[in-house]
Amino acid sequence: MDKLNKKEYQKFSDKKSPKPKYLKNIVMAFLVGGIICAFGQVIINFLKSLGLDEKAVGAGTSIILVFLGAILTGLGVYDKIGKVGGAGAAIPITGFANAIVSPAMEYKREGFIFGVAAKMFTVAGPVLVYGIGSSVIVGLLSLLFRR
Amino acid sequence: MEYVKAFAVGGFICVIGQVILDNTKLTPAHILVTFLMVGVIMGALGIYDPILEFGGAGASVPICGFGNSLSKGAVEGVKTKGLIGAFTGGIEATAAGISGIILFGYIMAIIFNPKTKN
Repeated sequence: MDKLNKKEYQKFSDKKSPKPKYLKNIVMAFLVGGIICAFGQVIINFLKSLGLDEKAVGAGTSIILVFLGAILTGLGVYDKIGKVGGAGAAIPITGFANAIVSPAMEYKREGFIFGVAAKMFTVAGPVLVYGIGSSVIVGLLSLLFRR
Repeated sequence: MEYVKAFAVGGFICVIGQVILDNTKLTPAHILVTFLMVGVIMGALGIYDPILEFGGAGASVPICGFGNSLSKGAVEGVKTKGLIGAFTGGIEATAAGISGIILFGYIMAIIFNPKTKN
């Protein structure tokens, strides 16, 4: 064992290190992501049944989903969902809420300004920078190419 | 039936993300930004609408739906307000989600403490 050279060691460690369970991960991402989206559809249909217009339905659905994502993260439930669902839990808007609350809670001891308020945007910051920035560019382009 | 469609479309989008996660060194944060940008571009080209129409919440709940709303809002803003609309439209369309996430995110982070991992 002690005569392994670097290459052999690499082979050895590759064999021993756990392979990601591709198929299982894909199935779980599909199930968890699907369930969250189907639940979003339940909210949409409920708000529609209250007689809200399309814009209000969209806004209300976002608010309810991010609220649920945030509170489930606070309760420690969303991290468990994330462990099972991987991208299925990360990509829906609830996962975005999770990405905000998690680091904010974690860094609370650094204070309410540089801890909570600053760390909230560890992931949300890039999302908002790229999202809002590119949306303005899209708007400007549409102005340029308007018929 | 629309629940099945939402389930299938949303699940499928998440599977794409999972495949990227498992086969690259990208983190979930990279995936979020990438999918958001894909949504922005697809929204700008108007090719997200058919997916949205078919999938309902399956297309609007994933982060690419957020990107789509942003760019759709900017284009809409230009139509109604011209140049200023390009700057206001995106956030206007997504204001509810952004404000909600900031307020609830802050409150929950204050109320709760991280759970110790076992």
